[in-house]
Amino acid sequence: MTGYVIRRVLWMIPVLWAVATITFLLMHAVPGGPFTEEKDVPQSVLNALNRRYNLDEPLWRQYLLYLWNLLQGDLGLSFRGDRDVSELIGRGFFVTMQLGLLTFIFAAIIGLTLGVVSAANQNGPLDYLAVFFATAGAAVPNFVLASFLIVVFAVELGWFNILGWGGPIEWRDTFDLSMWDPKKLVLPIISLGVVPAAYIARVTRASMLEVLRQDYVRTARAKGLVEFTVVARHAVKNAMIPVLTVMGPIFAFLVTGSFIIESVFSIPGVGRLFVEAVLRRDYAMIMGTTIFYAGIVAFANLAVDIMYAVVDPRVRYG
Amino acid sequence: MGVEAATTGLAIDLPPGRESGLWRDAFRRLLRNRLAVAGLIMLLSIIALAVGAGAIDEIARYDPDFQTHADIHEGPSTAHFFGTDNLGRDTWSRVLAGVRISLQIGLGTQVIVLALGLVVGALAAMGGRLSDNVLMRFTDIMYAFPDLLFIILMRAVLEGRDWLVLSDQRLQIMLAIGLVNWTTIARLVRGQMLALQGQDFVLAARALGARPWRIVLVHMLPNTLGPVVVAVTFGIPIAIFAEAALGFIGFSLPPPTASLGRLAKDGYNFVQLNPWFVVFPASAIALLMLCFTFLGDGLRDALDPRSR
Repeated sequence: MTGYVIRRVLWMIPVLWAVATITFLLMHAVPGGPFTEEKDVPQSVLNALNRRYNLDEPLWRQYLLYLWNLLQGDLGLSFRGDRDVSELIGRGFFVTMQLGLLTFIFAAIIGLTLGVVSAANQNGPLDYLAVFFATAGAAVPNFVLASFLIVVFAVELGWFNILGWGGPIEWRDTFDLSMWDPKKLVLPIISLGVVPAAYIARVTRASMLEVLRQDYVRTARAKGLVEFTVVARHAVKNAMIPVLTVMGPIFAFLVTGSFIIESVFSIPGVGRLFVEAVLRRDYAMIMGTTIFYAGIVAFANLAVDIMYAVVDPRVRYG
Repeated sequence: MGVEAATTGLAIDLPPGRESGLWRDAFRRLLRNRLAVAGLIMLLSIIALAVGAGAIDEIARYDPDFQTHADIHEGPSTAHFFGTDNLGRDTWSRVLAGVRISLQIGLGTQVIVLALGLVVGALAAMGGRLSDNVLMRFTDIMYAFPDLLFIILMRAVLEGRDWLVLSDQRLQIMLAIGLVNWTTIARLVRGQMLALQGQDFVLAARALGARPWRIVLVHMLPNTLGPVVVAVTFGIPIAIFAEAALGFIGFSLPPPTASLGRLAKDGYNFVQLNPWFVVFPASAIALLMLCFTFLGDGLRDALDPRSR
């Protein structure tokens, strides 16, 4: 197990390196440089700018320089405002993480409940309703859902605000309750969470149906347990294992999904930083955010695989 | 024959009469799936409408780019089924044009995905250990790349290029989406082919002296098609979503082209003033994706009855 974890963590290094390299090449293949759009800048200023950000070096040296700095944890400077990329990402990450975690909790609660309820009432009306939600919900893009929710609940009914983030922007405000504004929190979380919730519901239902057919469930029923106890104590626990495996892809999905949702609701997270960076050819920022996202997704998958082995004693990694 | 089959358990008893092939069976199972049939019918109607609107003026009634400044931000009416936008353009005709673009991009991307996935998957499975290792590690890396980041970057790289056919913006978007989405097909094809390699009919073909490429093309590839067809069907809504997402953050086709993502974004900008403007394009995206997803679900159940 330890060996497996170490091997997986080590494998992340070449993956992140490859992602960084591909991004570096793509980014420099984008037509136009970071300062080509500025007008009436004296050549001397341009030269100074290029020197400041190492843009006067040949490409291969810029690449090696970037990797060298990356190894030391230095993500470089954003062209915009000359600020540390790691600092900007750190601030955005705090917001993105809140959105991700809250959505994850929302999706897990809705998805698991729907999945269990529909499996316990197989082929009943509740089941059909839940299956319909799971099928339809999985196919509605998050920004489309966001548009509908905004039209109905923000514009027509006026229940919610749609601009900005409703949670704290800085770490130290986390426990300040006045920093949490449900009027701004609800719509982004629902928009982002319905697809994963539908996905979890599908997997949970399938897995529950499988488990409910097992002998030990029949035994539990045979000894006279109430249906609720059978489902809650005997079936759910064992049905969770396949559900866990999809948590990794779901987390990755949340990460990339938050991207558009951040744009829709003007949430100052990492996704918005990336979009702005591509528009402005902000090289260090593009690199930083991409490596950051790739790292998160890789970590999430690793965590899920490890959790899988911890929860299911039958799984052994050699 | 029947007795023999029962005792040896080897021979397969075919029912008398017309032989029913795998695909015919699958099609019959597909037709029994109500959601899939509904998706298929809806999809065919949408395609007929959208394609028809490109050919017959009476369907769209307005040019998608025609502006009438007299009536901007109108709600749905008989004159404008879906209302008008901020420049007085007819949303109905723009949505139809957008659906056409989305369909082109959804299907076109799958051609790229299919070509890349089949080649990489087959080479990995058939080309020996070294090529398997190299190709699958590369696939892992592409899989680890956050999709949308890659698509946006690639889109920015290709934008404004005039390299032969690549100067076409739609092709650029298809390429940007296709270049990151082939990994599922590649893994699928590799897995299927590795499993097929040990099968008797492949061994028999080899024993008969068939060349490797003939074995791959004639004997193995057709047998991998079932899951690939399903994956491609699910890939279409993913590509439609990717294009719409690109449009929504301003990286899709440049204005005034009416791609669905851009329409939704334009509508979203005026959501306080005219909610209809965002509702119709957004519904079109959702409807298209739903149809393909229902169809994909149905195909999966039909082609692999075990997965139910």
